[in-house]
Amino acid sequence: MPSLSELYQNVILEHNRSPRNFRPMPNADRHADGHNPLCGDQLTVWVRMDGGVLEDVSFQGSGCAISRASASLMTSMVKGKTREEATRLFERFHRLVTGTLPPDQAETLGKLAVFSGVSQFPIRVKCASLSWHTLRAALDEGIKTTT
Amino acid sequence: MTVTAAPELDVEQLRKDFPILSQRIRGKPLVYLDNAATSQKPRSVIDAVGRFYATENANIHRGVHFLSERATLAYEAVRAGVARFLNASSSDEIVFTSGTTEAVNLVAQSWGRSAVRAGDELLVTAMEHHSNLVPWQLLAAQTGAVVRAVPISDAGELDLDAFDRLLTDRTRLLAIAHVSNALGTVNPVRALVAHARQHGLVTLVDGAQSVPHLAVDVQELNCDFFAFSGHKVYGPTGVGVLYGRAALLERMPPWQGGGDMIEAVTLEASTFAPPPARFEAGTPKIAQVIGLGAALDYVAAVGLAPIGAREDELLAYATDRVSGLDGIRLVGTARHKAAVLSFVVEGVHPHDVAAVLDDEGVAVRAGHHCAQPVMSRFGVPATVRASFAFYNTPEEIDVLIRGLGRVRTLFA
Repeated sequence: MPSLSELYQNVILEHNRSPRNFRPMPNADRHADGHNPLCGDQLTVWVRMDGGVLEDVSFQGSGCAISRASASLMTSMVKGKTREEATRLFERFHRLVTGTLPPDQAETLGKLAVFSGVSQFPIRVKCASLSWHTLRAALDEGIKTTT
Repeated sequence: MTVTAAPELDVEQLRKDFPILSQRIRGKPLVYLDNAATSQKPRSVIDAVGRFYATENANIHRGVHFLSERATLAYEAVRAGVARFLNASSSDEIVFTSGTTEAVNLVAQSWGRSAVRAGDELLVTAMEHHSNLVPWQLLAAQTGAVVRAVPISDAGELDLDAFDRLLTDRTRLLAIAHVSNALGTVNPVRALVAHARQHGLVTLVDGAQSVPHLAVDVQELNCDFFAFSGHKVYGPTGVGVLYGRAALLERMPPWQGGGDMIEAVTLEASTFAPPPARFEAGTPKIAQVIGLGAALDYVAAVGLAPIGAREDELLAYATDRVSGLDGIRLVGTARHKAAVLSFVVEGVHPHDVAAVLDDEGVAVRAGHHCAQPVMSRFGVPATVRASFAFYNTPEEIDVLIRGLGRVRTLFA
C-alpha cells in the first residue's frame, strides 16, 4: 500500500515551501513554458548557458507540491552541469518516477531520490516531470530571450 | 451543529443499496464525495444491466424474433419513462444520446448548422461546463456566429443586468447550465428561459447537475432543449438524454447517418425517419438505456423531494464546517446552491489537498472541473470540490474536515 509519507517526503515539503531559484532571469539565453492541461500546472524555466554548461537555471509558475519541489530540486541539481549530463540525469530521474530504475542506481540521483515515492502514484508522474520536460524544451528549441 | 437525516430517508438502509459504498480505500472506509463527477450505482441498476445481457440481449427495432421484440419493448418503455420523469408531452421528444455532451453537440450541429447564420449571437454563461461552451464555439467557427457569455458575480451568481444587455436582435440561442458543476449555483432558468423566449431565442438547459438533485418539468421550464447524463443520476455511463420540443425536432436535419434513422435509402439519396429515431443512428446503447430506466425508477422510489432536502442539509453542514477552518476560501457562495462545495486551501495546491484526502479514503475532485473560464474568473488554477449525494452522511463530512486538518499540518 503506497503511503502518503513516501510521496510527500520532508525534502519535498521543504522545497515546496521555499523553492530554490524561484525567479525570472532577465539575462537568460533561453526559456520555455511548460503546461499540464489536465491539472492546470504551468511554469517557465529560464537557462543561461556558458559554452556547453548550464551556468544558471531558474523557474516560476504554479503547480502542486510535487511539481514545485521537483522544479526547485532540478534547478539546483543541473546548475553547473553540461547539457549532456543534464539530459542523462533527466533520463534516470524519469526512470525513477516511473518505477523502472534499478534500486541500486537510485543513489546516483542524489537528492532527487526523494521522488522515488512518485512511482507509487502514477497520476503524479506528470507533476514530477513537467519541469524537466520544460528544461529539455528550453535546451532543445528554447526561445532565446536575449541576443 | 449536528444534522440528522431527513425523516423521510432511512439513509443507513439506503446505503446498502450501493455495493461500492461498503468498500475500504487505502485501509479506510470509502467516503465518496465526488458525486458531481459521477454518482455510484444501486444494485437495481447493476442487476438490470446484467439481467439484460444474461436474458434479453438482442438488437432492437429490426428483429422479428422473440428477444428482439422484448428488447425493443424494454428500450422504448424507458423512453416513455424518461418522458414521464421530465414531464415531456410525448416520448417522441426524448432522444437517447451518449450523455449531456453528445446531446449539446447534437443540437449545435443539427439545429445550429441549419438555423444559425454569420453574425448571429449565441448566448451562454461564464459558468458553463466546457460541454455547453465548446460545441457553441465550434458552431460559431463553422457559421461565423459569435458566442457571448453572461458574466458571474463574486458569489458565483449570474449578472442578470448583463443578461438583459447581452440580448440583442441578433441573439439566436440561450444555452445555460441549470446547476453549475464547479460552483453549485442553481440558476433561475425558468425566468431566464421565459425572458429569452420573449426575444425569440431557442433555449437549451444543461441539466447534467440538476437532474440528480431536483425535480425537472420541461413543460414548466418551457425550454426547447434539455440535456442530462445517466451516470450522474445513478445510472450507467454511456447514456444520456436530449429532450427536444417536438416542433423543433421535426424541423431539424439528421446529424449522423446510419442504420435505424432512415425511412428509405437508394444509392443516390435517403429520406429520414421522424424524431426521435432520426437522431439515433446505429445500434443504440440498449443495455445502458435499460440501466437508466432502472436508475430513474430508483430515484422515483426514493423521491427527489427527500433526496433534495437531504442534500441541502449535507451541503449546509459541510459549508458550515469548512467555513469554520482557517485558511480556506469557498469558491461559489450563491444564495441558491445544490450539493457542490468548491474551495481552495490557502498555500496548498488542490491536487495536494486531494492526495491527502485520498489517503483518508475521501474521494473529492481536484482540478478545473472542465470549467476553465470559471477558474479564471475566480483567479485560481483549480479548486477542491466535494459534491454530495443523499447517501452521504454528516459523519463522512467530519472525515473530510479531519482530512483538511491533516492537510494544514502537513503543508504548514
